[in-house]
Amino acid sequence: MGVTFTDSAARHIKSFLEKRGKGIGLRLAVRTTGCSGLAYVLEFADEVAANDEVFENNDVTVVIDKKSLVYLDGTELDFTKEGLNEGFKFNNPNVKDECGCGESFTI
Amino acid sequence: MALLQIAEPGQSDAPHQRRLAVGIDLGTTNSLVAAVRSGSADVLSDQDGHRSVPSVVQYASDGTTRVGQAAESSSADSRSTIRSAKRLMGKGAADLTDSWLSKHYEFDVDSGSLPAFVTAAGNKTAIDVSAAILQQLKQTAEETLGGELAGAVVTVPAYFDDAQRQATKDAASLAGLQVLRLLNEPTAAAVAYGLDNEEGGIVAIYDLGGGTFDISLLKMQQGIFEVLATAGNTSLGGDDIDNALVQWLMDQAGIDSLADPQLESDTKAYARDLKEALSAAASVSVEWDDRAGHELRTELTREAFDELVMPLVSATLKPCRQVLRDADVERDQVTAVVMVGGSTRVPLVRDQVSEFFGQPVLTSIDPDEVVAIGAAIQADVLVGNKPDSDLLLLDVTPLSLGLEIMGGLVEKVIPRNTTIPIARGQEFTTYKDGQTAMALHVVQGERELVDDCRSLARFELKGIPSRVAGAARIQVLFQVDADGLLTVSALERESGVVASVDVKPSYGLSDGEIETMLRESMDHASEDMQKRALQEQKVEAARVLEAIEAALQADGDEHLKAEERAVIDAHIAHLKSVVDNGADREVIKQAVQALEQGSAEYVERRMNASVRQMMSGQGLDEIDSAVGKAKHEACSSDS
Repeated sequence: MGVTFTDSAARHIKSFLEKRGKGIGLRLAVRTTGCSGLAYVLEFADEVAANDEVFENNDVTVVIDKKSLVYLDGTELDFTKEGLNEGFKFNNPNVKDECGCGESFTI
Repeated sequence: MALLQIAEPGQSDAPHQRRLAVGIDLGTTNSLVAAVRSGSADVLSDQDGHRSVPSVVQYASDGTTRVGQAAESSSADSRSTIRSAKRLMGKGAADLTDSWLSKHYEFDVDSGSLPAFVTAAGNKTAIDVSAAILQQLKQTAEETLGGELAGAVVTVPAYFDDAQRQATKDAASLAGLQVLRLLNEPTAAAVAYGLDNEEGGIVAIYDLGGGTFDISLLKMQQGIFEVLATAGNTSLGGDDIDNALVQWLMDQAGIDSLADPQLESDTKAYARDLKEALSAAASVSVEWDDRAGHELRTELTREAFDELVMPLVSATLKPCRQVLRDADVERDQVTAVVMVGGSTRVPLVRDQVSEFFGQPVLTSIDPDEVVAIGAAIQADVLVGNKPDSDLLLLDVTPLSLGLEIMGGLVEKVIPRNTTIPIARGQEFTTYKDGQTAMALHVVQGERELVDDCRSLARFELKGIPSRVAGAARIQVLFQVDADGLLTVSALERESGVVASVDVKPSYGLSDGEIETMLRESMDHASEDMQKRALQEQKVEAARVLEAIEAALQADGDEHLKAEERAVIDAHIAHLKSVVDNGADREVIKQAVQALEQGSAEYVERRMNASVRQMMSGQGLDEIDSAVGKAKHEACSSDS
């Protein structure tokens, strides 16, 4: 169970956390939404709640609530650059279909 | 795949609703754009890696407009290459006399209400020029952030009056930017250093740029800055240091004048290099000649350089004394001193200012970028990407709030733990052809099915114009005010009909009950996911069945031979049976696809027939629009 980070993703997460000056790690989640079913949530984590699972990969702490974990298990988080735009990308083996831009998906 | 950024806890946006905002420093000589990404503010580079755009716009006679480096490097006529347009923002013809601009440019003061630069591409006002620069920055930002901007915070000098501020806003709207707020440049610099989070105090902002000097004194109280006093000198800056160095080179080489403009500008560039090197090193070696036999090989020490710079620094300290006097503030009451502008990199400037105010000066953020960064931080707060917990006591929604959608599913509009007050909108549409009313059921909870959530309110939106399914646009807005009162309103965009309801969602719920609802959603996560997926597929099946049966009823016999009809009927029967027999999602999905494929030919014949019908007996214009409409409707009912 859990998720993994590429070296590039781990490096950027650590640097963003450092600049922010607080937070225990990263929170990943999914939430149900209209367009194509589900959408990713990517946030800083300040605390661990009762229903959270905590994982460690590539020196990054990640917090995922049990509900989201069902959808995210096995996901690899990457940080890439496309032209001028750069950011995080989910490689989620559970995904069957994505909407055009990939912001929401179905499993 | 869209690339995502890390959000603050509880502040993730719904997909396609991410609110991108930037801070823009629209400067006299250089302009910058910055944004907060994954929690940190940074300046955005353009395609060529430049972090700032020279505030220069060139208008060519063929109508092309070049901005920034491209305008600077091009050698076209200098009258059409506009620099320093900011000096003319909000000014009238009367302000032109004797200004720096009137010496360099030709103006038309008669044809419009605003004085305009006469260029190869016609008359251009300062607003047009600023808009061209803003447009360029907007483009860089949208390419970098990967989406349309929701808004921008644009900085202006603290001394800008209402007319100058309005001109800046006009330029922004001309560039297609929504101005969230105009922010004073010194305030932006203070925000960049997080001084707005301090208890209170008086901040001095020392801004020494290329050609202008500004000193501002701000009073901070509960996160709000008030400008106490400003002073400055519009012809004092880094250029004066360069000129002093050029004079020094000439004196050392023993010459009186420089032969030609080319040598002059090369020498000035060399002087700038020396200046920059001396910000880090204690001395630099000088190798210079005037291309006419006068050669110079020597050392320039920091001490000698400081002597050259000293008169300039002293000249800036006079306005510093003046603002203190104007604001009736003692030096020791100043709690922080922020350095802005490239010339504050010169060590002597830092030392002298620090000595004047009797405290270390803030220099950790690049002085050329600090204003844009502060504006970006402010913009991020204003579009609601950051909970402003330091300033306001905020509450959160204990459970998600949502709406029932087809199939007894819940569409969450405001997720739990969202700080309030909050307003979030989402668009919904009709499910059936000719549907004129919509029942809205507001629910609370984390589960996927309505039956497992708490019902809060029901209301109905009537008077929706009769359209094919999926064509109506109904904007549903959830608003939770600071007291936790939820108002849900629904607006049909075309007709403007509205309906709304008020509820107090936390009423009657104990902490224990909230706890239980949360725990259940976790315990049933996997099961809920399956249920939701199955339910969505069933809704899809029902929608397809409904549409095809209505069509068959209307004109099935007209377009289909008996054996073709039999094939479609068989697909329908199969789909109905798998839905009724509680088959799993994949089986239903395949049956839906089979029906869609089986009836594709029939659907096409219907489309062609309806287009033919619309075209008969009409002019060409009408046909064009009718075809467009038919296509649009086909798309909507498909999606």
